[in-house]
Amino acid sequence: MIHFVLLISRQGKVRLTKWYSPYSQKERTKVIRELSGVILTRGPKLCNFVEWRGYKVVYKRYASLYFCMCIDQEDNELEILEIIHHFVEILDRYFGSVCELDLIFNFHKAYYILDELLIAGELQESSKKTVARLIAAQDSLVETAKEQANSISNIIAQATK
Amino acid sequence: MAGSSIMETLFQRTLDDIIKGLRLQLIGESAFISKAMEEIRREIKSTDPHTKSTALQKLTYFNSVHGLDMSWAAFHVVEVIGSSRFAHKKIGYLAASQSFHDGTDVMLLITNQLRKDLTSTNEFEVSLALECLSRIATLDLARDLTPEIFTLLSSSKNLVRKKAIGVILRVFGVYPDAVRVCFKRLVENLESPDPQMVSATVGVFCELASKDPGSYLPLAPEFYKILVDSKNNWILIKVMKIFAKLVQLEPRLAKRVVEPICEHMARTGAKSLMFECVRTIVTSLAEYESAVKHAVVKIRELLIDDDPNLKYLGLQALSIVASKHLWAVLENKEVVIKSLSDADPNIKLESLRLVMAMVSDSNVSEISRVLVNYALKSDPEFCNEILGSILSTCGRNFYEKIIDFDWYVSLLGEMSRIPHCQKGEEVENQFIDIGMRVKDVRPELVRVARDLLIDPALLGNPFLNRILSAAAWVSGEYVEFSKNPFELMEALLQPRTSLLPPSIRAVYIHSAFKVLIFCLHSYFFQRKTIASSSLSSNDLAQGVSDSVSVRESPKGSGSATCEAPANELDGGFNPRIPSQLSKDIPTGNGDEMIVTHGQTSSFASLEKNSFTEDSISNLLNLIEMALGPLSVSHEIELQERARNILGFIELIKQEIPGSLDQGEGNFEREQLKASEVINVMRDAFSKELGPVSISAQERVPVPDGLMLNENLCDLEKICGDVQLPSTSSFSLGTPHSKEKIGVSLLNLQSKEESEPSTESTSLLAEHRKRHGLYYLSSEKNEISSTDYPPANEMKLQDDLHDDAEDLVKLTEQSLVPKKKPNHAKPRPVVVRLDEGDEVSIVAKKPDSKDDLLSGAVRDVLFGNEAIPTSSQRNPSDKSSSKRKGKEKVNIDLPSELKENLGDEEKPDLGNPSSRRSKHRTHGKERRHRSPGKNDEEREENVQKEKQKSSHRHGRHKARQRADGPLNVVAQAAVIPDFLL
Repeated sequence: MIHFVLLISRQGKVRLTKWYSPYSQKERTKVIRELSGVILTRGPKLCNFVEWRGYKVVYKRYASLYFCMCIDQEDNELEILEIIHHFVEILDRYFGSVCELDLIFNFHKAYYILDELLIAGELQESSKKTVARLIAAQDSLVETAKEQANSISNIIAQATK
Repeated sequence: MAGSSIMETLFQRTLDDIIKGLRLQLIGESAFISKAMEEIRREIKSTDPHTKSTALQKLTYFNSVHGLDMSWAAFHVVEVIGSSRFAHKKIGYLAASQSFHDGTDVMLLITNQLRKDLTSTNEFEVSLALECLSRIATLDLARDLTPEIFTLLSSSKNLVRKKAIGVILRVFGVYPDAVRVCFKRLVENLESPDPQMVSATVGVFCELASKDPGSYLPLAPEFYKILVDSKNNWILIKVMKIFAKLVQLEPRLAKRVVEPICEHMARTGAKSLMFECVRTIVTSLAEYESAVKHAVVKIRELLIDDDPNLKYLGLQALSIVASKHLWAVLENKEVVIKSLSDADPNIKLESLRLVMAMVSDSNVSEISRVLVNYALKSDPEFCNEILGSILSTCGRNFYEKIIDFDWYVSLLGEMSRIPHCQKGEEVENQFIDIGMRVKDVRPELVRVARDLLIDPALLGNPFLNRILSAAAWVSGEYVEFSKNPFELMEALLQPRTSLLPPSIRAVYIHSAFKVLIFCLHSYFFQRKTIASSSLSSNDLAQGVSDSVSVRESPKGSGSATCEAPANELDGGFNPRIPSQLSKDIPTGNGDEMIVTHGQTSSFASLEKNSFTEDSISNLLNLIEMALGPLSVSHEIELQERARNILGFIELIKQEIPGSLDQGEGNFEREQLKASEVINVMRDAFSKELGPVSISAQERVPVPDGLMLNENLCDLEKICGDVQLPSTSSFSLGTPHSKEKIGVSLLNLQSKEESEPSTESTSLLAEHRKRHGLYYLSSEKNEISSTDYPPANEMKLQDDLHDDAEDLVKLTEQSLVPKKKPNHAKPRPVVVRLDEGDEVSIVAKKPDSKDDLLSGAVRDVLFGNEAIPTSSQRNPSDKSSSKRKGKEKVNIDLPSELKENLGDEEKPDLGNPSSRRSKHRTHGKERRHRSPGKNDEEREENVQKEKQKSSHRHGRHKARQRADGPLNVVAQAAVIPDFLL
């Protein structure tokens, strides 16, 4: 299973973290520090796998972002690479040629997309189209809620409460 | 109040604002964040759900990206989850799944909210709740929400069903009894027409099976169907992983799956699937030659691919094959060797592992030579990897791959001279270990040690300190093999030794002491023989060798008061030992030398190595000069040892100058005293040090009233990470704290096991008394003087139990006449302690939760219908027919169930059969009646383990091991019904 997903920029800044196994806040910080030290220093033409504390970390760099996933020793590395690519493609489709800034400003949306892709550290949806449809449906739900909240009547209702 | 709320709502900074601000801030990131956090703390208390949720969103951002603590906001998270608006709920659930953990105390408050959302008509709300649950489910949550999840497992909405399947994994993990409710539905999803459903379900089973494959064997037919029919690579990969586990338990299954897997391997274009096929074949189907051959062809494709990923995986697959099919590695030898110089350190490492896998006793020297040369050229890190793997490969299982120890010892010497070498500790251990275990190699060992000691350049390299300490010890302990003890002494006392840390210098000084005793002894012996000219040269040789043979056979040693029973028996078997030994020994270098002196005493003064008055008094002067300053050293270890030697020299000197001037008549009388002293000293040193078994320490009974744990805890605080017994602890410790230090040493001893303490002299008796336990491991006879009773009893226990084989080995050793070194070399005897040295493998117990889970799964799978769950519906026709099959199986089930389920309670019950039936009917209910029961069981477990560790006989272990296969056999009898 996938134990955690990390998105780290080339400068070592964290863009997204998702933990499927229990790690305390302290451990999380330590893991991020340790792994970014290992992964960011690796050259461009090396393999995408790193052995780490008895686990394997599969990473792939897209532009300035490193997508990292930590898996068990017997998991299939190539499959994980495909999942990463899958994730990137969905992000790309959603944001329209995604860049790091998109993820910085829409960090929660990146989470929602990841949540549609993986659950409990397993792949749950391999169809890009389905994920896109689900995300769009949820977005529209959120939008209507927002419009309601921002409507004048709502504000007046609050003010006169 | 209302006004401020409006202001907050209108002017609250959104997440976007925060992120933008953070990128543009001028006041420093941490200042900006702490200011923003202040805002958040205020806003999150707002009554307006929108303000609150926005604040929470910002907090979640800081938590997940900047690692800020958000546990304080747990209650607010619960509030936001309870909001009626989807947008807020979403933010709340994200926050919960990011920050909640088992210890979060508000967890109990969200049960109802989760239940409400799980039963919501809005599928997105359901899916939010499921996602969150998959992350945070605790025992309580899982137990309370299992019915809802059960319903969702057959939901008509794919989105929901898929997620419910995902959640099951977590729910089973924390609450095994959910299996009884949900398992059937989960299995039904395996046959769903929707590949997404199958994919999710297979993912869950893959995860479950990786922990406990045995329980899922009955599902093999379903998996097989998927393996054959599915076209989805994601699913195929997971199914193959499941089979990789299952076929290890059920060989007949392998026959069925090997064909489809090979087909997939040949047909697929996806590298991930192809690699999975390869891996499944090499790990689990290695006995199917043709399949392996195909797989190796594919591996070769991977190896020569330009993609470093594929190359890496190819090497990895190859290293899995290596254990069973070495030919596959040999076939790809060139690629592997070439990969040693790859740009990627991971690939280099992997290929190094492979190269080491190719090592056998016939090519070990060749490969090591290549690798050492390669290490010289490569970067420091990889160089040490290489050295480390050579050391561990050659040292494995008592050097079983090494035949020519002379070669290996000189290789060790060579390795220590590689500039980047940082493997001091390993080399040190092997040096000493080989010295103790392999008698025949000692002359060469001393030669190598001498070469290392004599080189002043090596002293400056801190990584070599440990090696030098080993070399010093070896040269002191086996000084009789040295060609030139004087040279050795000079090396040990050279000025640059001041660069060494005190602990290692102490070893140097002590070795110098041993060398000194040896020289003096030889000198006096020589004098004596000259004096008694009536001896024929033949007798002389006999005499010398006898004196030397003291070392070889403790029988001859007068001072060895407590001889190992083994050796006594030895003598009983072979009464001719002394004479035989004396015939064998003179081949040793040292003896030959001495013998020559005896015969040609007139030329003795011309020879370099001769023990003349001059050379001896030079030696004494040298020592006095070198050690004089140390007698006032601040390092108490050094000071004490230096003073011991100096005091000893004082003693001897009174005798020796007299003898120089005296005539022949007085000589003998004068000499007598000195030589007596020397003899005593020599005897003290001559008892051979043997390897110490790893578990020796454990066999020492803990004396009453010694609170071992407490003391050790205290010490950890004090010592921190001190490795060697730091001298400061000695200088600080007053005699009053003797016990405490003793314990610390006890602790440290285990680390230093292989560096046996080298002392045993009457002069050092005082030292021994103070730091008694430091000497524990090596000296068996002296120990009785300390408070702790270990060594003798240990030996006794050894003998009582199963040292028999050791004994046989020892006898063999003394019976077989030693071969001349330049014969076609047979492998020398390597002493090994059978029971003690064996690495203790503690049978890994699955933790109780897994036990429960697998127990529950078995129950469901093997059709234990005695406990129907209220929520279970009537099974469809199909599954009922399936159950019939299972019922049939049930007949020969009990034996197996007993193995697996009864395991826990086995030791404390007299009648397993009666217990078994009881267990089967009541065991389950008993388990989930109360968590307290669980604890009890765990306690039992612990107790059992304790019992196990307290008396682990070989037999006991063997029986346990036998249980494993038995278990499998039982299952083998059960399963095939499904597949055939």
